[in-house]
Amino acid sequence: MAILFFIIFIVLTLGITYWAAKKTKTTSEFYAAGRSVTGFQNGLALAGDYMSAASFLGIAGMVALNGYDGMIYATGWLVGWPALMFLIAEPLRNLGKYTFADVVAFRLKQKPIRVAAAIGSILTVLAYTIAQMVGSGNLIKLMFNIPYETAEIIVGVVMLIYVLFGGMLATTWVQIIKAVLLLGGVTLMAIIALSKFGFNPGNLYVEVQKIYGTKMLEPGGLVTNPLDAFSLGLALMLGLLGLPHILMRFYTVPDAKEARKSVIYATSFIGYFYIIIPIVGFSAAVLLSKGGMTGQDVIKSIDKGGNMAALQLAQELAGDPFMGFIAAVAFATILAVVAGLTLAAASTMAHDIYVNVIKHGHADEAEQVKVARTATIIFGLVAIGLGILFKGQNVAFMVGLAFAIAASGNFPALLLSILWKRFSTAGAVASIIVGAVTATTLIILSPTVWVDVFHAKEKAVVLKEVSDLEAKIKPQIESLKKQVTTVSLAEKANIENQIKSLEESLNLQKKEIMAKMPKAIFPLKNPAVFSMALAFIAGWLFSIVAPEKEAEQKFEDEKLRTYLGIGAE
Amino acid sequence: MAKSVHEIVNSEKFKKLVAKRWAVSFFLTFLLFLFYYGYIGMIGYAKDVLKIKFGEATNLGIILGVGVIVGSWFLTVIYVLWANNSYDKTVSELKKELK
Repeated sequence: MAILFFIIFIVLTLGITYWAAKKTKTTSEFYAAGRSVTGFQNGLALAGDYMSAASFLGIAGMVALNGYDGMIYATGWLVGWPALMFLIAEPLRNLGKYTFADVVAFRLKQKPIRVAAAIGSILTVLAYTIAQMVGSGNLIKLMFNIPYETAEIIVGVVMLIYVLFGGMLATTWVQIIKAVLLLGGVTLMAIIALSKFGFNPGNLYVEVQKIYGTKMLEPGGLVTNPLDAFSLGLALMLGLLGLPHILMRFYTVPDAKEARKSVIYATSFIGYFYIIIPIVGFSAAVLLSKGGMTGQDVIKSIDKGGNMAALQLAQELAGDPFMGFIAAVAFATILAVVAGLTLAAASTMAHDIYVNVIKHGHADEAEQVKVARTATIIFGLVAIGLGILFKGQNVAFMVGLAFAIAASGNFPALLLSILWKRFSTAGAVASIIVGAVTATTLIILSPTVWVDVFHAKEKAVVLKEVSDLEAKIKPQIESLKKQVTTVSLAEKANIENQIKSLEESLNLQKKEIMAKMPKAIFPLKNPAVFSMALAFIAGWLFSIVAPEKEAEQKFEDEKLRTYLGIGAE
Repeated sequence: MAKSVHEIVNSEKFKKLVAKRWAVSFFLTFLLFLFYYGYIGMIGYAKDVLKIKFGEATNLGIILGVGVIVGSWFLTVIYVLWANNSYDKTVSELKKELK
């Protein structure tokens, strides 16, 4: 069934690609769909770019297994969108052409800026792509029982066809279809699920509470380190403002007003999505309960991480056809997101590096389109290769890395170039390089990579020792506790003391074992608070030290274009 | 009366427009931070408040979680209303003065 829906989707999108291919001849058509997309369409496409399979299946599973903490995680993904609207969207549209580097390079020296911005962009897109490819390989393996490598190649080849032949126009329509399917599918699932609770989420929470207790609906282990929580929030919020594949979408609309519309529509769709997903997750935890097993047990029996929760719920609610439909939607989601990333990478390689650096900005239309297509093929192959290379690796940190580099490498330079008259080439290059390099280095030294990836074995050994110890001592404590209720008052005190000393020794031994736990060199899981601050400082310092008269003089022209849109392409 | 780029960019009207644009933007960004970090702060420091129940199982935490999303969306709506009604009008006036 899933295969049938999947084939319908592929045929439909390839049809669109064929139609788009006939309309895609110039560079502006290849990168920016000829600037013919409306605000509403672009809003849907932006939502499509952002709502990945990881956030759909992952967050639903997280809520099903961890309850309220999954919901907290979901809110973080929306808050970047208003910030994108307030700070970046309209100036970006007015100043740029195909990439965000156009904005930074507007009144600065082309070559150094293009090279630096390309480093920031490529790093961001690569990290994001690795996360998507590895995630998709695993998901497709689970959903369709296809070998991991085959899954990678299918995703890579299909999305390459979209981008290569249909350019931005085909990619946009694939995003739109995917966004409509995803939003529709999730809505349908939530409605059927809520019908079991009298269409009242309140009743759903009552059932959750009955099975799992109040804890499931309350904050648990998140936000233990305030600085880490602050830093993660900054990366999520402002990282969005530096994601090349998102920023690129703003050039597909004709003007700043349509850019504004795009964001309000995108924010509405994405906000709605993140409100609905926790309902799907909680419903899965309740409705999948069977016999003696809770819903969580049923979900974990298929996938420990809970990634299949939404699909299991779909099957429970409306049988195999609905599950097939949801699986096909998840697959479409993966394809669309990877296509968007590939186009962003291709535009950086071809437009920023080849045309503006190697060819000094002089390349005719035919050559530019040819180079763009070559870059697309190169990046597509790289994506497939990296997906296979990272098979079985823990890549959970990759999305965090992408957001951290975007927030530190790309966003500060972008904002400063719009706002600050004295921002110079040296400042911009320093800001991008310092931000990207510190973000990458600090993530490698952080607990998420240094401990969870590089010292995963040592960590597992320590955790096993702890659980072995607990398995040994906890039953002793339990049996003593049972005795307490049966014995006389005099003995009770004695046993209670025994319990106490056992518990104390357990904690002491636990501490000793935990001391062997590998330690990260940098304490925060997300470095954005430091790396972004450093990027701003570097941008300011180098602009002061190496000022640029010419750039300051051009600021008037830039302002006219930023605020009035005069001369915008 | 046609004005040059230099005259427009240095006119009081243009300067006011730019100042107002960033005042609105930064104020709304500040509110966005307040919403989000206020919520995160409560999760860190005022867990018990989030456990307060409204009805049988629904608690303040759930309501605020949804509230952060709806509130952030609402800030975006405010920006759009301001930009459509006030900003765009001044922009088209200034555009007419040019050339």
